[in-house]
Amino acid sequence: MTMRLVGCLLVLLLVVSCKGGNRAVEAVHRGPGVPAYGDALIVGSIGEPSTLLPLLASDTASLDVAGNIYNGLVKYDKNLQLVGDLAKSWDVSPDGLAITFHLRQGVKWHDGVEFTSHDVLYTYRVTIDPKTPTAYAEDFKQVKTATAPDRYTFRVTYAKPFAPALASWGMNILPAHLLEGKDITKSELARHPIGTGPYRFKEWVAGQKIVLESFHDCFEGRPYIDRYIYRIIPDSSTMYMELKAGGIDMMDLTPVQYARQTDTAEFVRRFNKYRYPASAYTYLGYNLRNPLFADKRVRQALTSAISKDEIVHGVLLGLGQVAKGPYKPGTWAYDPAIRDFDYNPARAKALLAEAGWQTGGDGTLRKNGQPFQFTILTNQGNEQRLKAAQIIQRRLAKIGIEVKIRVLEWASLLTNFIDKRNFDALLMGWTIPPDPDLFDVWDSSKTGPKELNFIGYKNSEVDRLIEAGRRTFDIEKRKRCYYRIQEIFADEQPYTFLYVPDALPVVNARFRGIVPAPAGIGYNFIKWYVPKEEQVN
Amino acid sequence: MLNYLLKRLIMMIPLLLGITLITFAVIRLAPGEPVQAQTAMSPKITAETRQRLREYYGLDKPLHVQYLTWLGRVARLDFGRSFAPDNRPVLDKIKERIPVTLGLNLIALVLEFGLAIPIGVFAATHRDSLYDKGITLFVFLGFAVPTFWLALLLMYFFGVKLGWLPISGLHSLGSDRLPALARYLDLAKHLLLPVSVATFGSLAGLSRYMRSNMLEVIRQDYITTARAKGLAERTVIYRHALRNALLPVITLLGFSLPGLIGGSVIFETIFAIPGMGQLFYQGVMARDYPLVMGILVIGAFLTLIGNLLADISYALADPRIRHGQEG
Repeated sequence: MTMRLVGCLLVLLLVVSCKGGNRAVEAVHRGPGVPAYGDALIVGSIGEPSTLLPLLASDTASLDVAGNIYNGLVKYDKNLQLVGDLAKSWDVSPDGLAITFHLRQGVKWHDGVEFTSHDVLYTYRVTIDPKTPTAYAEDFKQVKTATAPDRYTFRVTYAKPFAPALASWGMNILPAHLLEGKDITKSELARHPIGTGPYRFKEWVAGQKIVLESFHDCFEGRPYIDRYIYRIIPDSSTMYMELKAGGIDMMDLTPVQYARQTDTAEFVRRFNKYRYPASAYTYLGYNLRNPLFADKRVRQALTSAISKDEIVHGVLLGLGQVAKGPYKPGTWAYDPAIRDFDYNPARAKALLAEAGWQTGGDGTLRKNGQPFQFTILTNQGNEQRLKAAQIIQRRLAKIGIEVKIRVLEWASLLTNFIDKRNFDALLMGWTIPPDPDLFDVWDSSKTGPKELNFIGYKNSEVDRLIEAGRRTFDIEKRKRCYYRIQEIFADEQPYTFLYVPDALPVVNARFRGIVPAPAGIGYNFIKWYVPKEEQVN
Repeated sequence: MLNYLLKRLIMMIPLLLGITLITFAVIRLAPGEPVQAQTAMSPKITAETRQRLREYYGLDKPLHVQYLTWLGRVARLDFGRSFAPDNRPVLDKIKERIPVTLGLNLIALVLEFGLAIPIGVFAATHRDSLYDKGITLFVFLGFAVPTFWLALLLMYFFGVKLGWLPISGLHSLGSDRLPALARYLDLAKHLLLPVSVATFGSLAGLSRYMRSNMLEVIRQDYITTARAKGLAERTVIYRHALRNALLPVITLLGFSLPGLIGGSVIFETIFAIPGMGQLFYQGVMARDYPLVMGILVIGAFLTLIGNLLADISYALADPRIRHGQEG
């Protein structure tokens, strides 16, 4: 009996480990079908939302779910341009100091009460209230006065023109009639939110799922998909198996899954894969307080000695592109003509020689008898960053620079190294927000403790350009500022900008109406549909 | 016996205090704090906002004040509110997760002991036979194979390839609309893989332990006597030997008690089971001090109770111990 069990297990292991199973299924071309109401989209989420009051949340899972429940006054459209959301339109006063929002009329909260300018005023007030534990007060603190002259008008004035201000009004507006006069941190709405968005809250089973259902009175029209279900699946391999088994309809693939594991005929028949640049970049940042990196020629040499193409191919399997600056290629602030240091080890050596670094007898670079060596720190749990660091290590070794790599737990990396400015070089990433303002990461006033210009970059021209860029609403003027900043970065190389990865979402092929755009695929979710004959849930 | 029990219970108080003090210190020594976990690398956060958040959570007060405040509340059985943005009472969060972990581990525990004891006895009575060797190989496979690997393999085979079993979670979508029987069947299907993996993984240790206990007992004189008296082999093994061989296993059962609510991070993560392991892991990663402390204190309390129960049952099972204590 037991022997039989052992036998069965061995056979099972054998069967499973064989890479068979390419059931030959012809890829079927699916027509657009007829839009119909119904079905459910099941999405896998690695983390569980912490609260559905977006004002208090800072994690992606919470903000993702809340994004379907609430609206802001403005939002980004498919081309990442600001358009009205709860606001029909807005005017900026000629001096750039006042913004007047004209709100939509007849918008309903999920409980049937009408949305008015009072809700906006409440949201503004609760956000800047010192008792509210929120991370989003900063932009609103620039506001001098906020008024609601009538039910459908909301006006704010600023002490100075502030271009990123407009985007800050994309913040989710909360229902004043349910929250005013109450302690927001203990509100029931954290678990049972009421918004104005296309989906309303149905249920939350802790650790398992959150179910939203379509809001038929939504001001943008009733969404075709009836339910939006978030399943919490903390492990990405499990999530991928759930996708294949039909347990979820949509997830983000890794480069390996996208390039190598999803090219079977069956997968192609059942799913549509999408690919577009993600709003993020990865960089190697140098601690500019360290004398080793003080000379710009050394930083130029380091960038010249690193093959960014090799990293894009080795780490992302080609599913991404080389980064040359802090902006996403294809967006208005990105300068496509920027000239970067391409891979050229000979030039690297020449630049280093100019800076006084000579190759010693053992092949290592030395200056005043000291070898050129430094440590790259990166965070634990990001395989791509570790691989990129290893590729860099190998390339730099070829020109005589010894690089050590240390991988640290996130909190430890922040507390013991970044906050204390105790590092040589960091391999990390930033998300690229739609507004190109660079103040927080690049301005020389932001080099203080715990601030984000932790490499200590200081350049008065860049400071001036950042300031000019955020003080005008004129896109052409802003563009000139940001183009010039990119030129300066390309010359000074405070970071070696490495790559912009691709976002690789996959969606079950029964969902139609998905049109990829610079904003990704989710921007028109309420227009997605499943033809009646293919609906399953 | 009552005296002994009372003494043991009173002894638990300083022990628990010591545990809370050490865990409190250890969590605070770990780099990072809740405010940082929530706000790190966000351009929107200024030093002022960070300070405001620290005050909100009471993290600006000296450590001993924080500890005493916490202790005072715990004495009134109030474990405080989670530092996560939902700000829910820690006890509510724990209550939500305990039934899942408890249920799952209880089933696994029953299966484990239910299988390991007969396997161990069988292996001992058929020592060095082909059966014994086969069993050894089988249980050691379970011991050697990493849980996550086995879990993924089984999920792929039964879930993706054959489509017989659900891959993760506890319920199918829409199962709440099913009749009661179908709902239980759905839950059972979801539990099949996780329970099998959990049981298989710990079968080796326990069955080997049972086997060696049994072998030791069989060699004792009173077993030889029993045999010499002409008792049937079944009676010798199952009535005389098994009872004594089971004694040390009872202690193990007591030790398993805290494990019942502790949950396992890897296991719960892979099968997307919302249990205590997951909750604890999330709490630690977010430096959610009240949640972590709450779980640890409850865990420590149960460990102590588990030890006590093991001792008591041991004493009940073996008169020599009982008399020893009283004498």
